[in-house]
Amino acid sequence: MDMNVKKKKLGLKEKYAHMTRGLDWQTSYQPMEKVFPQATFEGIKIHDWDKWEDPFRLTMDAYWKYQAEKERKLYAVLDAFAQNNGHLGITDARYLNAVKLFLTGISPLEYVAHRGFAAAGRNFPGVGPRVACLMQSVDEIRHSQTQIHAISNYNKHYDGFHDFKHMLERVWYLSVPKSFFDDAFSAGPFEWMIAIGFSFEYVLTNLLFVPFMSGAAYNGDMATVTFGFSAQSDEARHMTLGLECIKFMLEQDPDNLPIVQKWIDKWAWRGIRVLSLVGMMMDYMLPKRVMSWKEAWEIYFEQNGGALFADLARYGIKVPECLTQCTEDKEHISHQAWATFYQYGGAAAFHTWMPNDEEMDWLSAKYPNTFDKYYRARFTYWRDEAEKGNRFYSNTLPMLCQVCQIPMLFTEPGDPTKICYRESEYEGEKYHTCSDGCKHIFDDEPEKYVQSWLPVHQIYQGNCFPDGTDPTAEGFDPLAAVLDWYHFNNGHDNLDFEGSRDQANFAAWRGMATKNT
Amino acid sequence: MEIDLRTVAIKPLRHTFDHIARRFGDKPASRYQEGTYDIQQTDIFHYRPMWEPELQLFDKRRTKVQMKDWYALKDPRQFYYGAWTIARSRQQDAAESSFDMIEERGLADIVPEEIKQTALAVLVPLRHVEWGGNMGNSYISAYGYGTAITQPCLYHAMDHLAVAQYLTRIGLVLEGPEALDTAKDAWMEAAMWQPMRQHVENVLVVQDWFEIFVAQNLVLEGLTYPLIYDYLDGDFSANGGTVISMMTRFMGEWSTETAKWVDAQIKVAAAESAENKTLINDWVKQYRPLVLAALAPIAQRAFGEQAETVLAEVTAQFNARCTKAGLTV
Repeated sequence: MDMNVKKKKLGLKEKYAHMTRGLDWQTSYQPMEKVFPQATFEGIKIHDWDKWEDPFRLTMDAYWKYQAEKERKLYAVLDAFAQNNGHLGITDARYLNAVKLFLTGISPLEYVAHRGFAAAGRNFPGVGPRVACLMQSVDEIRHSQTQIHAISNYNKHYDGFHDFKHMLERVWYLSVPKSFFDDAFSAGPFEWMIAIGFSFEYVLTNLLFVPFMSGAAYNGDMATVTFGFSAQSDEARHMTLGLECIKFMLEQDPDNLPIVQKWIDKWAWRGIRVLSLVGMMMDYMLPKRVMSWKEAWEIYFEQNGGALFADLARYGIKVPECLTQCTEDKEHISHQAWATFYQYGGAAAFHTWMPNDEEMDWLSAKYPNTFDKYYRARFTYWRDEAEKGNRFYSNTLPMLCQVCQIPMLFTEPGDPTKICYRESEYEGEKYHTCSDGCKHIFDDEPEKYVQSWLPVHQIYQGNCFPDGTDPTAEGFDPLAAVLDWYHFNNGHDNLDFEGSRDQANFAAWRGMATKNT
Repeated sequence: MEIDLRTVAIKPLRHTFDHIARRFGDKPASRYQEGTYDIQQTDIFHYRPMWEPELQLFDKRRTKVQMKDWYALKDPRQFYYGAWTIARSRQQDAAESSFDMIEERGLADIVPEEIKQTALAVLVPLRHVEWGGNMGNSYISAYGYGTAITQPCLYHAMDHLAVAQYLTRIGLVLEGPEALDTAKDAWMEAAMWQPMRQHVENVLVVQDWFEIFVAQNLVLEGLTYPLIYDYLDGDFSANGGTVISMMTRFMGEWSTETAKWVDAQIKVAAAESAENKTLINDWVKQYRPLVLAALAPIAQRAFGEQAETVLAEVTAQFNARCTKAGLTV
């Protein structure tokens, strides 16, 4: 007996296959369709789960090793940040409002992504995609928690962060991102993968995650940018999963193509509507800008996305039709969105303001075709009025799109002076949408979108006041009651940045930290 | 001696988020608290799930167990992602050094043949049982209620995947890839494994997530882990199979740690109401004989004549554990 003959070392691919692929089996005491009840109802046909190509090959031992290393580094930075008043290192307290938008609008979605990928990681009959989805599920709870932990220190010192989960479920503009994820999770596992795995994580991540994290890097936000760098390799894995998933569906059966195409069309448009909030953040909320929304769109969507769709063309996938409108929209949406938030700044959980002259010049340079022509005069007027003590706040409520839930603020294709409305009828009721893209989505699944909990409708129906409110009482102030129900600290979380507690505290604290008086 | 570094002190406006302060008061909160409490959405969902239109996306009605506050089901280990992954990576380092040493020095070759055959016949097919544990816990993580319990269930699901992978490595170290095929054939066809496979498949179709928690995490793991990683492992060590014990060290440590978490959930849920207690008691009484029947042929292979005695001891310990957690079984 030769004690020293070592067994042949297995290759990575072979080893990974043993570590995952062999684990599952065809059940026989219970029928497979009962073990995987969500596998077929969406109409996607999968003939051979073994054809799944693992987009990354991480066994749990390697996963723990890499991730623990990243966690140790990240929390060391967060501790140092908290200990040394890292919040005073940001460019300007206005920047914090971008972080507020992130914590209230994005971090809770990371959480829902965690639950949704746990479901996908249970529901696919193939072991390969299940393990990959579970890894993403556990990454997503990581992201939601590390974001909360990174931003926790800001919450201690500034307004608008303090009740993010409560606000997500209620505040009007937060229903935009919330309904997006509710929509995806309420669909089946395959649509979830196209909605979140492919459209959100692959096509749109460079326009969502990257602008916020780059904004943090440009504006001295050590806490958020450290999280961003730490999440980068996770995000790269998530992108490869989304892409593999769509290719797998398309390769399995030609009948899958029209279903997948429909989902791509839907989720590309749904995602782009959510990105309006990011566009306005990039162009207006960052004191030190990374690039304009239009530039980001051109690089990350038109160029990179174009290459992706060229790659998918061999499966018969076409660029979603609704996207042709984006070429025009990229010049407008950030200005239109910011104008809306400025007017409704009394009901937002972050501060708003009008850009200064230097910033307006930057916007003119970045948007030579539109800013001066359509927006500068209005913004200058509002700024002048505010300086005279007439800061404008709209006290009415805007109509919301039945699908994306954004107020009707976008304009008609070809006419940037006219608000765009579309109307559909379902079971005798009229429903309004903001665009052809949203109308198309509504018309395809009206039974789903008539369920939308539209914040403005709900306010008018009296469903958004604290318990015990009497709307017939004399002097009843409906807006104040709604803000109370939102858990806003009225006067601190909302209104203009000028004169805010954030502005005053940041100036005073920075003074303490940098001066001797 | 102390040295006193001066820093610029700023009085914060608040110490934590409002939803944490509502539970614990406005004082500095732990990372477990901020990363766990009330982060699952509870109100206002836009659309009914297409896969279960009669319920909301997150819905308390997916189990018969009911809690006034689902966050009472807290994790005594206080695992948030960072704490969990760092704890596991430490255990993994220890396991890895064992595997490295065994592989580099060819220590698998000194395992007595009989021990080796028992390990191949008993340990390696258990990787499929672990995979069932992964599926049950990922189901709870998806459809359970409240992050306090859904979060550790995902960690538990990933831990089960890891255990399945350690068992796979044991097969590879002791024999090679053929060991995995043999084990899979046994799992699918051999009489010894059919009661267990049937039981695992039956649990895969249970809808009530807390029932899965009891069936899988309390009963199946509570009987199987001591049997395998305590009793059988003891036999291995006593008979020249220490090399195998080195490779199952993770499982032994892990089950001690996770049993504390499982017991804490059972204890709190059972103490909540007479209805909960009855439900959990009944589930334990329903699943215990099924698991014992499924373990009987495996124990027979592992312990021979001693099988009944060993199973009786394991059952007695399990019953004592249940009693300690407030159950009457």
